[in-house]
Amino acid sequence: MTVDITRQEPAGRGSAPVIPPSKPTARSSAAQLSRRSETGALIGTIGVFIFFCIFGGAQFLATGGAASWLNIAAELGIVAIPVGLLMIAGELDLSVGSVLAASSMTLATVSGYWGLPMGVGILAALAVGVGTGFVNGILVSRTKVPSFVVTLATNFSLVGLTLGLSRLVTGTTSVAIAPDATSKNIFGTLIAGQFEVAIFWWIGIAAVVIWILQMTKFGNWIFAIGGDAESARATGIPVTKVKVGLFMTSGFGAALVGVIQTILYNGAQVSNGQSFVFNSIIAVVIGGVLLTGGYGSVWGIILGTMTFAVVSQGIYYTGWNSDWASLILGILLLAAVLMNNTFRKLALSAGIGTKKLKG
Amino acid sequence: MTAPLLRLTNVSKSFAGTNALTDISLEVHAGQVLCLLGDNGAGKSTLIKILSGFHTPTSGTVEVNGEKVVFNSPRDASSYGISTVHQFGGTFPLMGVGRSFFVGVEPTKGWGPFKHFDKKTAGEIAVREMRNLGITRVTDGNRLVGSLSGGERQSLAIARAVYFGANVLILDEPTAALGVKEATHVLRIIMQARAQGLAVIFVTHNVLHAMTVGDRFAVLIHGSKADDFKKGERTREEITDLMAGGEAMAELEAEVAQFQATADAQ
Ligand SMILES: Nc1ncnc2c1ncn2[C@@H]1O[C@H](COP(=O)(O)OP(=O)(O)OP(=O)(O)O)[C@@H](O)[C@H]1O
Ligand SMILES: [Mg+2]
Repeated sequence: MTVDITRQEPAGRGSAPVIPPSKPTARSSAAQLSRRSETGALIGTIGVFIFFCIFGGAQFLATGGAASWLNIAAELGIVAIPVGLLMIAGELDLSVGSVLAASSMTLATVSGYWGLPMGVGILAALAVGVGTGFVNGILVSRTKVPSFVVTLATNFSLVGLTLGLSRLVTGTTSVAIAPDATSKNIFGTLIAGQFEVAIFWWIGIAAVVIWILQMTKFGNWIFAIGGDAESARATGIPVTKVKVGLFMTSGFGAALVGVIQTILYNGAQVSNGQSFVFNSIIAVVIGGVLLTGGYGSVWGIILGTMTFAVVSQGIYYTGWNSDWASLILGILLLAAVLMNNTFRKLALSAGIGTKKLKG
Repeated sequence: MTAPLLRLTNVSKSFAGTNALTDISLEVHAGQVLCLLGDNGAGKSTLIKILSGFHTPTSGTVEVNGEKVVFNSPRDASSYGISTVHQFGGTFPLMGVGRSFFVGVEPTKGWGPFKHFDKKTAGEIAVREMRNLGITRVTDGNRLVGSLSGGERQSLAIARAVYFGANVLILDEPTAALGVKEATHVLRIIMQARAQGLAVIFVTHNVLHAMTVGDRFAVLIHGSKADDFKKGERTREEITDLMAGGEAMAELEAEVAQFQATADAQ
């Protein structure tokens, strides 16, 4: 028996008029802008850019200046996008630092120390990232321990494991590698002598993930899971699978940067990568993603990443001590969160006029 | 009479040793509203979660149209046309109305790798379905759910359940957080669903709401079915007393009387 109640006429309440959708006006498009999660991030990016244009001078604007922050942004961005997706789904990944180091050491050991083909080393390195993500995802879903704790634990364990194994296998903690030309071209060359190919990886990944998050049902599931995991499960979304998949993606992103760095710098060090743990979270949060999940966008993450990169590199062009960059980033992080909260409140009140918000 | 749409036989559920439900037997028929009454912690939501595939019963059987079924997931339950609006849930405050309406059942268009979520259609359908339930103030499918009033949110969740549910609609305390006007509205939606031939299970604390729309009633006390009756077989006072455990109410009345007496004496 299938009954379609939907074709019924509007129930009772005869006096309530059907309000036609209002035509878009200047005011409603401003409201529409304020409803987007990346509005605050855009203001931030433009703000710091203008700031360093003024204080960094012509050199900051020259290709060298652009390359310096774009390179930082690209490497961070490749990690920040999947970390941001996870955050939208309500989870954190603090293990990206050691995944980067572990995949980097894997590639250098397999293809450098053992001399196997580059392809084998790269696949092994990416497998380390995806595998760690899988373990994270399963642990978080099965144990219900917060992902903050689980991934913090994996971050430490994996660093230890990488250190121990590389000493056992290679006898040192930094391994050199001589990548072939093809791998160099794909992962680790400098275009025009200054721009890393990672920039193209970043753009490519961003394009794919924008499509997934905004245009596919999988994207809708990510928002739903971050908004309310129980309700999402009630609608039949395979919550565990989606989460495990997202952890694997962030492992993949970190491992890819590990591969890129190893090939670019012709070697790997166990100590690499830990800065990505907090930098990726800073970029994502500045980008307007809600730390507790359910809200955010890839454009926001990209803008947050750019803001981070502009501040951390722009400082060198000002002639000031680079110590100030951290201060600026700290203040920016706080300001960004406050601003994003304001914009979110605006988005939540959009369309209700003078009526007060309930719950 | 045909077989009931939904039949529970001796359903029990225990969580790590504590019994949330003991030997519950119930029947739900098409075109009828079954009101599930009971105090806080009586086991109403637990029963609903069994029917919606969230929990599997520790013992006992569930039948749909006379066929024995086991729901291992919410998806299983919805595949039998059972759709549920859970207490404290069902909508996503930071999602648009259209996105929220179609979570888990997104309409897609396009082909192969270009197959994508048709957000425009989703928004239009969500707005239309809410309008059919009398919510006319939501006209934009992109509007965030968190900006709706409690009643509008509840209506969105119900509109969704009605739209996707084929034959059993389960509502867990849909009127609990609502004002008089919005609660009345939800009751009207229940009557509408009933008139369309759906079976409705309506969970509530509110005896008045239950008596307004119910055809059959079941009262749960501490996880057991304390009473089971048809419309008109009990008075409002009898039901209230039963829910509160009778003596508790009498005790309270005595206390109030005493309080009154001391106040008068002063
Ligand atoms: N997942 C669970 N694990 C352990 N105990 C549970 C679980 N879910 C419910 N219970 C217990 O089962 C009993 C019944 O809870 P339930 O939520 O079904 O009550 P209810 O009748 O819906 O109450 P309310 O009117 O407050 O919503 C309670 O004592 C509750 O603590
Ligand atoms: Mg309940």
